[in-house]
Amino acid sequence: MASKATGRWLVLAVPYLWLLALFLVPFLIVFKISLSQDAIAQPPYLPTFDLSEGWAAFKEAFAELSFENYGYVLSWDNEFIEAYGSSLWIAGISTILLLMVGYPIAYGMARAPKSIRPTLLMLVILPFWTSFLIRVYAWIGILSPEGLLNQLLFALGIIGRDTPLQILNTDTAVYIGIVYSYLPFMILPLYAALEKMDETLLEAAADLGCPPLAAFWKITWPLSLPGVFAGCLLCFIPAVGEFVIPDLLGGSDTLMIGKVLWTEFSVNRSWTVSSAVAVLLLLVLVIPIVFYQNLQAREVERR
Amino acid sequence: MRKGLSWFNVTSIALGFAFLYIPIVLLVIYSFNASRMVTVWAGFSTHWYWQLFQNQQLLDAAWVTLRVAFLTATVATVLGTLAAITLTRYGRFTGRTLFSGMVYAPLVMPEVITGLSLLLLFVAVDIDRGFWTITLAHITFTLCFVSVVVQSRLVTFDRSLEEAALDLGCTPFRTFFVITLPIILPAVISGWMLAFTLSLDDLVIASFTTGPGATTLPMRIYSQVRLGVTPEINAACTILIAIVTVVVIFVSIMTKRQEIERQKAERLAAAG
Repeated sequence: MASKATGRWLVLAVPYLWLLALFLVPFLIVFKISLSQDAIAQPPYLPTFDLSEGWAAFKEAFAELSFENYGYVLSWDNEFIEAYGSSLWIAGISTILLLMVGYPIAYGMARAPKSIRPTLLMLVILPFWTSFLIRVYAWIGILSPEGLLNQLLFALGIIGRDTPLQILNTDTAVYIGIVYSYLPFMILPLYAALEKMDETLLEAAADLGCPPLAAFWKITWPLSLPGVFAGCLLCFIPAVGEFVIPDLLGGSDTLMIGKVLWTEFSVNRSWTVSSAVAVLLLLVLVIPIVFYQNLQAREVERR
Repeated sequence: MRKGLSWFNVTSIALGFAFLYIPIVLLVIYSFNASRMVTVWAGFSTHWYWQLFQNQQLLDAAWVTLRVAFLTATVATVLGTLAAITLTRYGRFTGRTLFSGMVYAPLVMPEVITGLSLLLLFVAVDIDRGFWTITLAHITFTLCFVSVVVQSRLVTFDRSLEEAALDLGCTPFRTFFVITLPIILPAVISGWMLAFTLSLDDLVIASFTTGPGATTLPMRIYSQVRLGVTPEINAACTILIAIVTVVVIFVSIMTKRQEIERQKAERLAAAG
């Protein structure tokens, strides 16, 4: 049946070609531009490949590609390496904080009576549906020097009127912003792992005289590890490239690579350098991304 | 460790939800503040909402955003569902690894990279940037989310129903619309909604891929937020929050009711 095969082929081909054209090809273009030089032209980089000019011109253009931009980005004189390091650091600390905040919540939800679990789950997901930008914006009003947090602390007599806490525009505000915005991404995989756990294991441990805390480390924690990995990767990878949170909550000295890339692109207008920054960011993230993909694919196949 | 909640569980849930909801609640409360000062309460007022409806720029941006989100959600749902079928029903095929990689990677890809790469593509093929380029970009990253949501439903359902239809001579095309689609419909609907809100929400990718003339609501809000907190923005945010909350609750009640009906039908079928 020819039509059957055609239909089958179409179902595969349409999303496949779409993603090839709008996900993979753009990356190849970014890579190519990262090897080009800035130019005052439209588009603002050289060389451009034009097949109509023949094979010789194409080869010539190919010879013009160079790794110059990578040298620029990786030189210690510029702030890029520092920005990569500080992004990884901030994302790493945030991920640990997320795990510490998210785990008890997910654990409590998994222990809650079955009847209220869907409601709890929905309450965790609901903030995720509200705009990311709005949720970050909400913290500006809370953390600013004359903001609600400082007013509360002042009313309680903890701080003086003229010595407000400086939280907004510091790294602390960035941590708070990331933990707040990414919390559902941490809770959901943890909850999924914890909910599946067999409670009788803990009962058995208790019957055999194992104290609850030891039982937690010996049984619950190891069994929840897939959820821990999924949650951490789901938070860590996008947090490294985060732009909105450091831009709105961070200070002028908060260095994150997403913000640097944006500035390089929109203020310095160097498309070639921002492409090189993007390629290197991808290289930094490729190991966690591949790890995450395998986890996802295995999860789907196992069920 | 006994079943049921300990005080520790209750406290952590309560604190967690307080952390999640207090900022949003404060934002909503202060949108009704009479004072222009965001942090000083000066009585209840709906002044800022009226102000908002006279802000033509903001209304234009909202209209662009809604159109982009609607188109995005619809196309992304079709493509995402096709991708989900491929990944759950086709077994191993050449290029599968690449395909599943392209479906999962955008879920965690930093937005600045996706935005930059799509912009450079649009420049390379030299198309006018604006409404359509934002929509293409949004479809690309949201279809992956749709695919994951639909996949999770496809892997859990009883495949013998599909096989029975095929054995009885139903074409694969018809089988999909008569058997598969009705069963996975709740997932398809939540996929659509997810794509819609992701598109509604996106700032970074839209900023990269837009051109003159197409400004979305998040871009407009962002440029005002950079100048400081204003009650007018609080009011705009409150309206968005209200819309999303109502839609999410409505859909979750719908899917729950559908689930109950389905179970009832299954029980009847089993009894008869």
